[in-house]
Amino acid sequence: MYKTPCSRLTGVWKCLSRDGLVGVGVQQKLIANVARSHMSARRLIQLCRRDQAEWMTFQHLCFLKRQYVKSSSVLCQRARPKQEHVASVLDDRDDSVVRQVQQIPALKPEPGTVAPPCDPTEPEAARAARLEARQWKELKVEYSDLPGIYARLSKLKLTALVVTTAAAGYAMAPVPFDPVTFLMASVGTCLSSCTANSINQYFEVPFDSNMNRTKNRPLVRGQISPLHAVSFALACGIPGVTLLTLGVNPLTGFLGALNIFLYTCCYTPLKRLSITNTWVGAVVGAIPPVMGWTAATGSLDPGALLLGGFLFSWQFPHFNALSWNLREDYSRGGYRMMSVTHPGLCKRVALRHSVGLIGLSALGPVLDVTTWTFPLVSLPINLYISYLAFRFYRYGDRQNARKLFFCSLWHLPMLLLLALTCKKSRVPQDEAPVAPSTPSPAL
Amino acid sequence: MNVKTGSYLIFRSLCCRGHRQSASRPPKHVPRRTGFSPAAASKCDWIGPPDRLSNLRPIIYHIPENETPLERTLRHLRQDTEDWSHEFWTNQNFTFSKEKEEHVRSQLSSKGLSERDDDGRKRTLSSEEMAVFYKHFLDKNMTRHASYNREWYGRNFTITLLMARVALHNTWRTLTGQTRGTGREKGKST
Repeated sequence: MYKTPCSRLTGVWKCLSRDGLVGVGVQQKLIANVARSHMSARRLIQLCRRDQAEWMTFQHLCFLKRQYVKSSSVLCQRARPKQEHVASVLDDRDDSVVRQVQQIPALKPEPGTVAPPCDPTEPEAARAARLEARQWKELKVEYSDLPGIYARLSKLKLTALVVTTAAAGYAMAPVPFDPVTFLMASVGTCLSSCTANSINQYFEVPFDSNMNRTKNRPLVRGQISPLHAVSFALACGIPGVTLLTLGVNPLTGFLGALNIFLYTCCYTPLKRLSITNTWVGAVVGAIPPVMGWTAATGSLDPGALLLGGFLFSWQFPHFNALSWNLREDYSRGGYRMMSVTHPGLCKRVALRHSVGLIGLSALGPVLDVTTWTFPLVSLPINLYISYLAFRFYRYGDRQNARKLFFCSLWHLPMLLLLALTCKKSRVPQDEAPVAPSTPSPAL
Repeated sequence: MNVKTGSYLIFRSLCCRGHRQSASRPPKHVPRRTGFSPAAASKCDWIGPPDRLSNLRPIIYHIPENETPLERTLRHLRQDTEDWSHEFWTNQNFTFSKEKEEHVRSQLSSKGLSERDDDGRKRTLSSEEMAVFYKHFLDKNMTRHASYNREWYGRNFTITLLMARVALHNTWRTLTGQTRGTGREKGKST
């Protein structure tokens, strides 16, 4: 239906040259098909009713072909529910232009010939220009927009999740709850996370522009300048790490700085170089609960590493499932992710780590972090995510990937909450009753 | 005008793709500007909608009177980086689309299917069949991507440093009460 009318047009031309009657039959069908595109229909009618002695040039035919494809809204190759003629001119998807461009190699590829007269007629060109001018914005900071811009720059929702995991780490530590230290650790982690996310966006501007998920970020839209973003990152990072080092303890400060470094200087560049970025990213995700624990106890205990282990293993079903449905965008953007380059490994790793969560939960009582009830109460959710990971491994389709991803979103807060409720209470005389109820996951 | 420039770019990339495997600087300035020009009284840079070929947003830089050499260097670097990036992504997106179409066509013909089914809709391949293409595309372009990455990081960093220097310079001039075009020889802080 999309290409054949054009070849039918060629057919018309051939038929007209031999037998007018056949041409008439075909041209009527053609006219019915182009009823929606008034300009092209008029042109076609004129063309078909013209004296058969008048021969068109091949260029004219191809011009009409382009005109037909471009201006007729039904001939778009992807279903677009709303079709405004002007909107199709200003559509920022490159499909329509690429299709036009793909027709160019069929002609002789000379700039002279290629300069197509298929620009809209004057009133439409002026309208298009006017609408385009409206889309140009001044590169000026709107102070009223700044809070929203900063929120998007620092990926505030992700930061909130990171702070929640750090708070959970703090709460799981077997020490009395100190609200001041807790607050300083949370604020410090929040600021460090804001820094890391801002620098990540600063590095990735042209890549973010080309992916649908990320093309509305502040730096891509030019709402702030790169210098502004870096200044914001420094303004968050320096106080954040200082607060963690001086207000909490040097170990936590070191971990915070290490995490910023790992995220900005290791994970971000590695995304375009090698699939090991996923493992580095999993470590980055695992550090905040470790930081929470060290903020409480001041030392890297096995319990801290267990909590970090939970986050590390959780990352794989979470991220592998997410990236499974983004393979086209990653490929076009040049991101080397397991889901694109090593799909089998992607599914295996997701399954492996989902099952690993069951084993890690069993380590809870072994390391005196939780009571023996924890592996039991967490078994249902761990089995469920393992089941979904198994289905993802077995079938590897979009549906199962989506299910696994959405399961991972509630699985982690649930797991942390269960761990908190099953926390091993310490010796009775120093009992701190606040721990199980303190940080409820903000999701 | 976009199609004209776009087609010119595509023509260049079709001819030159064999020679250009790395994302190096284009031999000459690529004309791609739209017809938009900001009001003469405007003192800001302007940023436009995403370009249809490269998805990058073009910027029109405001040239202040008595622009300092530092500001001029910054403006040229930013413009040059923009053009270089635009050329890379245009080429990338076009190549991706073209190779994707070829892959779909070849897969369909090897299965003996036509490109369109009975309803006239374009046939699509399953995700697994497309995944073969995505992997192949990434592997084929790995060196190009890596070198673009390196150069982009370097340029981004240099631009930011220059912006910082310009900002400091202007702040110093404001603090010492100098106006543009006077006393430019003294008061440079960096």
